[in-house]
Amino acid sequence: MNPVSTNNITVAYHRKPVIQNVSFEAPEGKLIGIVGPNGAGKSTLIKSILGLVPKASGNISIYGKPYKKQRQIVGYVPQRGSVDWDFPTNALDVVLMGKYGQIGLFRRPNKKDKQEALECLAQVGMEAFANRQISQLSGGQQQRVFLARALAQNASVYFMDEPFVGVDAATEKAIIQLLTDLKSKGKTVLVVHHDLQTVKDYFDWVMLLNIRKIAFGPTEDVFTQDNLQKTYGGRLAFLDQESNGVNPLA
Amino acid sequence: MTYTMWIILTASLVSVACSIVGVLLVLRKMAMISDAISHTVLLGLVSAFLITQSLDGLAMFIGAAIAGILTAVFIQLLNSAGVQADAAIGIVFTFLFAIGVILVSMFARDVHLDVEHSIMGELAFIPWTTVDWLGIEGVPQAVWMISIVLVINIILLFVFYKEFKLSSFDPHLAAALGIPVVFLHYLLMGMTSITAVASFDAVGAILVVAMIIAPPATAYLLTEQLGKMFVYSAIIAVLSAISGYYFAAILDTNIAGMMATMTGFFFLLAFLFSPTHGVVIKKIRNRFTTYSNDEA
Repeated sequence: MNPVSTNNITVAYHRKPVIQNVSFEAPEGKLIGIVGPNGAGKSTLIKSILGLVPKASGNISIYGKPYKKQRQIVGYVPQRGSVDWDFPTNALDVVLMGKYGQIGLFRRPNKKDKQEALECLAQVGMEAFANRQISQLSGGQQQRVFLARALAQNASVYFMDEPFVGVDAATEKAIIQLLTDLKSKGKTVLVVHHDLQTVKDYFDWVMLLNIRKIAFGPTEDVFTQDNLQKTYGGRLAFLDQESNGVNPLA
Repeated sequence: MTYTMWIILTASLVSVACSIVGVLLVLRKMAMISDAISHTVLLGLVSAFLITQSLDGLAMFIGAAIAGILTAVFIQLLNSAGVQADAAIGIVFTFLFAIGVILVSMFARDVHLDVEHSIMGELAFIPWTTVDWLGIEGVPQAVWMISIVLVINIILLFVFYKEFKLSSFDPHLAAALGIPVVFLHYLLMGMTSITAVASFDAVGAILVVAMIIAPPATAYLLTEQLGKMFVYSAIIAVLSAISGYYFAAILDTNIAGMMATMTGFFFLLAFLFSPTHGVVIKKIRNRFTTYSNDEA
């Protein structure tokens, strides 16, 4: 059974499709990149899988069951810029938030949870910053705290939204190391990514997305000049709209 | 208890209850929703009065809570339909409040509901309306009401502490983990509404807004831990209430107005002199670092 499987998902915003008829089956234990131009719907795709944006149509399953039944085995790293880093809290606290789902309602994190959160911080080389106010961390350190939080979720499938954006070289290395570790434990990781230069180095599989799925498969087969042209070239979007009966000039 | 003590106690209870919801609202960047709700509860009160033909406390509470939540719902609806968030708040706030004002002046002129009172409050009259309950005699009705609301706020804060925390910091992860983000939003709106209604009869809408926004905003400048932010904010709110009372007595002026002024004064102090965020402290620190650079 596939870790992630989607069937014809469409998400629309003000009647305009943001992603359209995207179907794919993600294989287990792979690092999977999702690439495409700005506005291609990359973040929207993972948000729709996680139920964060409403779908116009389509089905999603995580290991054969709906997402709502599989929350405990799914980890999520939102874009770093999506939260307010001036929030009054420290790094360890943010990592502990990853465990709130497992801890459940009406209960507080205990010593064991805190110990585990510290270990997650250590895995990204941030244990020395556990009590540091989050606003005093650099961008790269903040990103590593987010990754440690995802580790604390102890999931089987991870979704990461642009983890490499705006990070220093040390953090980039730490993220790659972490992805490799996750893969060696049989976890599946889907990463929204926009740096085409590094796709071949980082990812086993890749999805090329521009509102529609252009291609999906092992990187060496799919990450071709031809497919990139289809994804990034302006012409295709134009023809596509015409074939839908929408005149872009109207 | 003396007359003075009752007034100070009432204002202190109000200030703590307000500061609890205030911390959450300020962190969610929704502080101005409290301004809307603290006014639109007037519509809830007068509607409850028109339906039940009495000023029964429970009906008033329910009416106000419904009006407050509807305010939040309408703001949300306008906002998601493309109206700017601040404009949405302004439209819903003034529209519902104005309807409340019209209904009061048409149907409820002779009862204990009036517009000036709802904005300014009248703390000085509080000790004279007492209710005996649970075998305790001579306690002002306002103290009972606000105590109940304060207890409700504290219980809900403790029960949902980590859920409120995560959904304020990172609503996306909260939703992905299955934390009921929407429920928490409207729970907070409900808490804001009952706090506003219990407070505003005593102290008026302006002090409610001041107590909801200023002490949490002050505490935000003084600490970097959420737990401490709640504590500092409550302390600052109570200090504002007490000092405001005595300044009002000295100057012989409106008590609630003076208390609201004090919340602004404490904010200004923190804004200038907070060890971490203070404008003046930062200037001084920069000067020192410049000197040491010169020496090096």
